[in-house]
Amino acid sequence: MAIKKFAVAAYDDEDVLFPAVSKVRHSGYKLHDIYTPFPVHGLDVAMGLKETDLHIAGFIYGLCGTSTAVGFISWIYTIDWKINYGGKPHFSLPAWIPITFELTVLFAAVGMVLTFCYLNQIMPGVKKHVFHPRQSDDLFIITLELNDHVSESEAIAFLKSTGAKETSVQIAEDSWWYGRWDKAEPYEALNA
Amino acid sequence: MHIKYESFVREPLVDGDKDYHQVSEDIIRPIEGKPGRMWYVGFFFALCLLAYGVFSVSWAVYWGLGTWGVNRTIGWGWDITNFVWWVGIGHAGTLISAILLLFRQGWRTGVNRAAEAMTIFAVMCAGQFPIWHMGRVWDAFFVLPLPNSRGPLWPNFDSPLLWDVFAISTYFTVSLLFWYSGLIPDFALVRDRAKTKFRKMMYGFASFGWTGTAKNWQRQEALALVLAGLSTPLVLSVHTIVSFDFATSVIPGWHTTIFPPYFVAGAVFSGFAMVNTLLVITRKILHLEEYITIGHLEAMNKVIVLTGSIVGIAYLTELFIAWYSQSWGEMAAFQWRILGPYWWSYWAMMTCNVVSPQLFWVKKLRRNIPFTFIMSIVVNIGMWFERFVIIVTSTYRDWIPGSWAYYSPTWPEVGFYLGTFGLFFTCYFLFAKYFPVIAVSEIKFVLKTSGDNYKRSMAKYEEQSGEEFIEMVTSHHDEEHHEPAHH
Repeated sequence: MAIKKFAVAAYDDEDVLFPAVSKVRHSGYKLHDIYTPFPVHGLDVAMGLKETDLHIAGFIYGLCGTSTAVGFISWIYTIDWKINYGGKPHFSLPAWIPITFELTVLFAAVGMVLTFCYLNQIMPGVKKHVFHPRQSDDLFIITLELNDHVSESEAIAFLKSTGAKETSVQIAEDSWWYGRWDKAEPYEALNA
Repeated sequence: MHIKYESFVREPLVDGDKDYHQVSEDIIRPIEGKPGRMWYVGFFFALCLLAYGVFSVSWAVYWGLGTWGVNRTIGWGWDITNFVWWVGIGHAGTLISAILLLFRQGWRTGVNRAAEAMTIFAVMCAGQFPIWHMGRVWDAFFVLPLPNSRGPLWPNFDSPLLWDVFAISTYFTVSLLFWYSGLIPDFALVRDRAKTKFRKMMYGFASFGWTGTAKNWQRQEALALVLAGLSTPLVLSVHTIVSFDFATSVIPGWHTTIFPPYFVAGAVFSGFAMVNTLLVITRKILHLEEYITIGHLEAMNKVIVLTGSIVGIAYLTELFIAWYSQSWGEMAAFQWRILGPYWWSYWAMMTCNVVSPQLFWVKKLRRNIPFTFIMSIVVNIGMWFERFVIIVTSTYRDWIPGSWAYYSPTWPEVGFYLGTFGLFFTCYFLFAKYFPVIAVSEIKFVLKTSGDNYKRSMAKYEEQSGEEFIEMVTSHHDEEHHEPAHH
């Protein structure tokens, strides 16, 4: 949680965005993040982001589901309360396949969605700074983090040279906080 | 340059001259405006049906299940028929969003949001029937494996009825998560556009604070892909397990190994029909004809004719196997099914499910909207009769002729069924008003490959020879990948 200063550039075309990302990475400016209205394929590679490990987490949650189902049913039927159902063996694994499968899927899905929310830091009630009201509509936003050693005007001039349609300097909270989206935050007055 | 090229053989998925902003405008506008008069009338009607359903169910709970027409011979009547019918309808949404995602069917983007909403509402309706059929509904929690003061005595994990509890609750949960994880970015769009404080607050809450960073989207796509991979076997398992409720018994007419694939095909068949019923109306009222095109409806009609034919083959196979088994009970069950007192239900099923969908082999009819709408309703009438035929006409003449019986529903059963329509449409009307009925971010993702205006601009490549095209693409390819190699 920190209030920082950012140089913000808005692009209206992916074909301009990709070369701009490349130029930003070569420029030495500190790239804060890129906001897009939809998944732009190849952007993560262009930014040098690692592939997510979310699917590995999903696999592990799935295994937890499998072992929970098999372990729990086996314990109930062979140890806790043995009941003879029509002469079937107490340990009747084939009959447990459906429930084992369902719990595998349930654990994997619920676990992955919770992990997804945790990693992205999203939750009902969470608020984050929106750099441009059209970043979820039709603009692609590159944000550079500025500090006292970086000239604002040079950063803006650089962003304009990469083909940005709009640029601005904004003071913003760089992380998330709890808040209502209809209420203005105190720091936003600094941008007025 | 970045070429997004798709052959002209494929129809555009988005008609008209659209850019990203126009897509947002078209799909979000209904949320921001006041609903039309039709919406209020429909919503009020749905609420009335729901209220009547609540009354009918309360009546049955208060006076007991003796108020229903089911008897000792025919223990499952309209309730389980309706349960299987609604669950079947609830298969289309996840099939569209999961299986078609894995098969990379671009047309799913136009219909998946509404289809999946329909799935969730249909499963909610389906779940009511087994719960209220318990009679002593206050004991419904006995189906859960909770520690209890009865031993603890656990539920029977070897029973298909318990498998159903797990299958349907898992299916509901996973479909809901899949649906909502796709809705989050679209809620963020509504939030960022919101002019009123109340809307900003509500959609801010519903969007979980989504801002759409590159990493957010990377994880979102990974999540969608894995959830699709998980949902694909899940959607097949649900109706398989529903069919086990019947197939694992030893009742002639139920005791068949063909049931799982036959039920799944039937579920997809009825589910796609329901999607068509809803979308033909939705696209008209919300002016979304450019996003849910005739091409989309045609694609679903193709699935309907395919699955309808599979269901038809299953019916004929059942008859053949009954004869081939030379088992007296089997042969009698099917003979009475076709010619007995319930002959009308069998022939209604055959006509609606097997004969009429064959008309969809004709392209003109597949692309005819009034015909599509009528057929979508005919198919669901047929599929309701299928479940009625399976449930009632397999049990009404059992092994002891002295206990043969006839069954007709009483008003609380009919009221219960009408009530689930009320529940379904109440939810659907709220969805159509407050939710983006088309996945906006997914449409934007395919817009530059499949949008009409972008496809038209690719005409110059369509005319190139193969060699010229490859030459051009490979030279661009080298340029593009030269630069990042320096990192």
